[in-house]
Amino acid sequence: MSIAINAVDLKKHYEVSGGMFRQPGLVKALDGASFTLEAGKTLAVVGESGCGKSTLARLVTMIETPTAGTLDIEGKPADSSSVDHRKAVQIVFQNPYSSLNPRHKIRTILEEPLRLNTDMSAQERTKRAAETMERVGLRPEHIERYPHMFSGGQRQRIAIARALMLNPRVLVLDEPVSALDLSIQAQVLNILADLQAELGLAYLFISHDLSVVKHIADDVMVMYLGKVVESGAAKDVFANPQHPYTKALLSATPNADPVAKKERIVLTGELPSPLNPPAGCAFNPRCAHASDQCRASAPRLDKLGDIEVACFHPVG
Amino acid sequence: MGLLDIRNLSVDFQTAGGLFRAVDGVDIQCERGEILSIVGESGSGKSVSMLAMMGLLPWTAKITAEKMEFDGKDLTKITKRERRKIIGKDMAMIFQEPISSLNPCFTVGFQLGESLKLHLGMNRAERKKRSIELLEMVGIPAPETRLSAFPHQLSGGMNQRVMIAMALSGDPKLLIADEPTTALDVTIQAQILDLLVSLQKEKEMALILITHDMGVVAETAERVQVQYAGQRVEEQHVTGLFTDPHHPYTSALLNALPERAVGRKLPSIPGVVPGQYDRPTGCLFAPRCAHVQDDCHGVVTRQSDALGNALCNHPLNAEVTA
Repeated sequence: MSIAINAVDLKKHYEVSGGMFRQPGLVKALDGASFTLEAGKTLAVVGESGCGKSTLARLVTMIETPTAGTLDIEGKPADSSSVDHRKAVQIVFQNPYSSLNPRHKIRTILEEPLRLNTDMSAQERTKRAAETMERVGLRPEHIERYPHMFSGGQRQRIAIARALMLNPRVLVLDEPVSALDLSIQAQVLNILADLQAELGLAYLFISHDLSVVKHIADDVMVMYLGKVVESGAAKDVFANPQHPYTKALLSATPNADPVAKKERIVLTGELPSPLNPPAGCAFNPRCAHASDQCRASAPRLDKLGDIEVACFHPVG
Repeated sequence: MGLLDIRNLSVDFQTAGGLFRAVDGVDIQCERGEILSIVGESGSGKSVSMLAMMGLLPWTAKITAEKMEFDGKDLTKITKRERRKIIGKDMAMIFQEPISSLNPCFTVGFQLGESLKLHLGMNRAERKKRSIELLEMVGIPAPETRLSAFPHQLSGGMNQRVMIAMALSGDPKLLIADEPTTALDVTIQAQILDLLVSLQKEKEMALILITHDMGVVAETAERVQVQYAGQRVEEQHVTGLFTDPHHPYTSALLNALPERAVGRKLPSIPGVVPGQYDRPTGCLFAPRCAHVQDDCHGVVTRQSDALGNALCNHPLNAEVTA
């Protein structure tokens, strides 16, 4: 298996000015994430808002440069000036209502990446756009239409088609189905699965919906306040979560089965402000198993059986 | 006698392209102290039917109903002044985005006090005392200091708690929650749902939960009403709905859930919900239905109670209940 993306201890810190007389604060949006993404596999990143999953997407797509750590794309250090790297990694955003320019026709939207990054002729570009539209289940004769003439599901297909135009090896999917209705969500997930099987794409799938992640992911990485708290094969993590946060997240996800009775761990409190995270383990104020050790020092991500977990008192 | 009884409610919107029927002959009944869930995709008319009842729709909407009764009062006959006495007091509603339903220019305490003053005629000291009680009830820490906070100083979950406190200020008989947790994270969603259900039990009020999330329905509702393109297509008790759905739409929707998937592919529903110009004759779900037959394009019959009141000529799982 070829490795598409390898990230080691990736960090992104933002400085926020607190006003004229205040010390500037430091937001550790992403504070040390390491992972490898293999071709043809799906790595899901889950967590609540503010946990750094979208920052991770922006680093992997080279929209932002990391503060520290290394990011390798297909064995070479990521370089946003390299056409090869720009072609290799493409992104699909959450909301297809705002990620497509309403003033551009589908033709312009789909051909733009080719125009900027390749020297294809106009005819070749049109041919490629029509092929890609067919591949994602859109009718090629709709190429002269504007985005507002399509439904949400169709728009998300256009966004996927745009990402596919440059034959990428990695797709970063930032909550691709959370703005869609249930019946449409299933259609889009199926298209993504087909494309992966056909083209051997690697997916970095960012989501907060655990039932979708469980269905689509091979590996899963759970994040909390900029840090990875648990990672491993999806089936292991879902079957036997080790970190108390993963466990709580799983139990809080509503299960579409009214008969199944399960114990629900309701977390108290909310995500602390990333401007002044709690000392020690970031999860300790909300954790039922927190001890003095958790309040004093932060646990490292260590191997435990088949998965990795950052916790002093794993619960599995 | 039921608390809420709506029969044959239709809402038409005046648009540039003619009348658009958002709600098409919907019946809603709700008993005292019951949790009813209305579930459907966007455009199924679930929010609009509730807004019609509250009188919150713009003038472009034409509302017709055979019967619209709440707590013995006929909502179609009463004056606006009388309606304002009911809504916000006996009948309250919370919305999807707490940040946009609260006024950013006023403190939480002021906005809570407004309804206490209007509906209960409390004076300043009573209002303050009651506001603190209400915030405590919905689980907001340090309620005295929160009274002077503005909505932007609170998180999404806290704002939704404030909305709930506001809705509960008049001790309502009916609380309508329109997608109360869609904008929130899962762990916060669990907190808010638990809070709503425990308050519903404690106050013995009826709760109508509008949602598109089947998981939320399964975990909270007692009775479920499924809507599709403005019509009520099925109504059942929650366990029956999930084990033996009778309408093909309900069944297809449940099969499309990722957690019910067997293989790599999800059984998805082809096509999209019909819009203003491509509304089919006969059954509205027929163009997307896997069990469609010739007579589906003509008259559609409503099945009996035993078959989930399904609006379908060929209901599924008929032999199970027969």
